[in-house]
Amino acid sequence: MSDQATALKPPTPPPTSVVDERLADVSLLTKLLRRPELGALMAAAVIGIFFAVTTDDFGTLDGAANWTDVASTLGIPAVAVALLMIGGEFDLSAGVMTGTSGLFMGVMATEVGMNMWLAIVLTLIAAGAVGFINGYMVVRTKLPSFIVTLATFFVLQGVNLGVTKAITGSVRVAGLSDVSGYDSAFKIFGGSFSTYDYRVSVLWWAAITILATWILARTRVGNWIFGVGGDAVAARNVGVPVPRVKIGLFMGTAMAAALVGIMIALRLSSVQASQGVGDEFNYIIAAVVGGCLLTGGFGSAIGASVGALIIGMAFIGIQFSGWNTDWRFLFLGVILLLAVLVNNFVRRSAEGARK
Amino acid sequence: MNGKAEAAGSAGRAPMDNAPLLEVEGVSKYFGNVIALKDVSTSVQAGEVTCVLGDNGAGKSTFIKILSGVHKEDEGQIRMNGERVSFSSPRAAKEVGIATVFQDLATVPLMSIWRNFFLGSEPTVGAGPLRRIDVPAAKRTMREELKKMGIDVRDPDQPVGTLSGGERQAVAIARAIHFGAKVLILDEPTSALGVKQSGIVLRYIVQARERGVGVIFISHNPHHAHPVGDRFVILNRGKLQGSWKRGEITRDELVQMMAGGAELDQLTHELQRELSKTE
Repeated sequence: MSDQATALKPPTPPPTSVVDERLADVSLLTKLLRRPELGALMAAAVIGIFFAVTTDDFGTLDGAANWTDVASTLGIPAVAVALLMIGGEFDLSAGVMTGTSGLFMGVMATEVGMNMWLAIVLTLIAAGAVGFINGYMVVRTKLPSFIVTLATFFVLQGVNLGVTKAITGSVRVAGLSDVSGYDSAFKIFGGSFSTYDYRVSVLWWAAITILATWILARTRVGNWIFGVGGDAVAARNVGVPVPRVKIGLFMGTAMAAALVGIMIALRLSSVQASQGVGDEFNYIIAAVVGGCLLTGGFGSAIGASVGALIIGMAFIGIQFSGWNTDWRFLFLGVILLLAVLVNNFVRRSAEGARK
Repeated sequence: MNGKAEAAGSAGRAPMDNAPLLEVEGVSKYFGNVIALKDVSTSVQAGEVTCVLGDNGAGKSTFIKILSGVHKEDEGQIRMNGERVSFSSPRAAKEVGIATVFQDLATVPLMSIWRNFFLGSEPTVGAGPLRRIDVPAAKRTMREELKKMGIDVRDPDQPVGTLSGGERQAVAIARAIHFGAKVLILDEPTSALGVKQSGIVLRYIVQARERGVGVIFISHNPHHAHPVGDRFVILNRGKLQGSWKRGEITRDELVQMMAGGAELDQLTHELQRELSKTE
C-alpha cells in the first residue's frame, strides 16, 4: 500500500507541506478590502462632512435627529433586505408591505375595534405569513424571486387600495390615536426621546442592525445564509436546510417592513393606501451601497445600515441646502451605479483565480 | 433479480480478504423509460480506493448520486457494514458516514476557508439566544485538519475562491474526513485540474486512504485512477462492464477497456488509414 504512495511522488524527497511560496502574507489593505461595508463608510463620511460644512443645520444635533429618522425607517427593512440578498434572493414587495401592514393594523384597531397591541401582534403575524408565501413560492417553483415578489408587490398594492376603499370609503385609514393601547404603543414604536427629538425608531434600527450582524457573523444560521446565497447546491450538499433558510429570510424581510409600517402608522395616527410604494428600491439601494452583491453570498448588515444612513443624509442634506428635492433621485441613481461598480471589483478580487 | 445481480457483480471480482465497508449490489435506476443504471455492483473496504471509471454518459453521476442520497435506487441493495441502507437525502447518507465531494460544487467561493469547512456542521458554544459559532475553535480545527493534508493555511479568513482548484478539493476532502466520513466519494476531482494540481489531489486521496477511509474515486481518466486504485470498476452505458482488483489489470488494459476495446482498435485502424491516405 505504501509503495503506491511513493510511486505517486517524484523521486526527489517529498515536501512535508504544500505551501505556495508565491503567496504573500495578507496585507492590512487586503483585509480591509474584504470588508463589504468599507466603501459605504467612506462615502457616508464624505457626504456627512459635505453637508455639515455647506449647510448650517445638518451638523447640529437637531439636524441629525432629522436624517437619522429618515435613515432609520429605511434602515430597518434595508438590514433585512441585506440578509435576504446575501441569501441570494430579492424582495420587491418590501416597500408596499409597510403600507399593507399599517393599513391592516389600522383596520384591525379602528374598524374591528381591537386593542392596539393585539393589532400590532396580528400585523406582524400576517406579515410573516406574506413573507412565508413569498419564500415558499420561490423555493417551490424555483422561479426568480424578482418575478415572484414583483407579483406580490402588485397584489398587495391592489389590496391596499381596493380593500381600504371598500372598508373606509376613502384611501386612508385614520383615527388610530383614539384606540385603546395607542399611547403605550406610540411610546414604544412611534415616539421620540431626548431634548433634540430623536425618534425611537433610531433605537430600533440600531438594535436590529446589531442583531442582524450577530446573526450573520456568529450564528450557524448566519453561516447558512452566506452558504445559501454563495452556492445553494454546495450548501445543500453539506446539509444546509436551504428552503428553510430562504423562507425564513423572506419572513424576516416582510416582518421588518411591517415593523416600519407600524411605526409610521402610529406616528401619523393614520395610514395612506399608497404608503411605501417605491421604497423597496431604497432598501435594495441601501443594501447594495452597503456592499451586498446582487448575486448573493456577500454583504453585511452594518453595510446596509450605512447605506440607509447615506440615503437619509442625502435626502435631508438636499432639503437643508435648499435645492429641489427631485435631485435626490439623481443622487440615488449615481450612488447605486458607483456602488455596483465597486462591488463588482471587490467580488472579482475575492473570487480570485476562479476561472 | 438478486441472483442475477450477484452473478454480474462477482464475475470479474476476486475473493475478498475481509468484510467490505460499503457494498452495492445489483443497483438500478430508471428516469422514465431511460435506463440510467442497470445491475451495478461493487464494494469498497476501509483503507482502499475503489475507482469507478467510465466515459461520459456511462452512469457515473447517477451511481454517485444514489450513494450520496441525491437519488434513490429503484432496484438493488446498498449495505453499509453489512446492514442494508437506503438514503432519502444527502443528510441521511452523511449520517451513516458516506460523504461526497462534488467536482465543482464542493465549496462556496465567496466564503472564507473556515466558514466553508464547517458549513452545515458549525461547532457552537453557549446556549439559547447566546448560542454562537465557536470561531477560534473552528479556525484552529480547520488549520489542523488541513495541515494533516499537507496544506499550511496562513489566513483562515481567506475566501475559498482565491485557493487553487486542488486546494479547494483538499478543503472539501479534509472537511469530509473531519466529520467522520468512513466512505468518501470523490466526483471527478481531477477533471478540471492541470497535471500538477491533479497530482496533488491524487496525493490527498492516498492520504485519505492511509487514514483508513474507504474512497470511491470517480474518474474518466485511467491515468489518474490506475496509480491510486485498489479496485477498478468500469461502467459503460449504464451497465457494469467489468471489475478488477489491483494487479489484475494494467493501465493500458484499463485505457483499452474504458474506450470500449474493439472500438478503440477500430478507431486506430481508421485513423491510420486516413493518415496513410494524406501521405
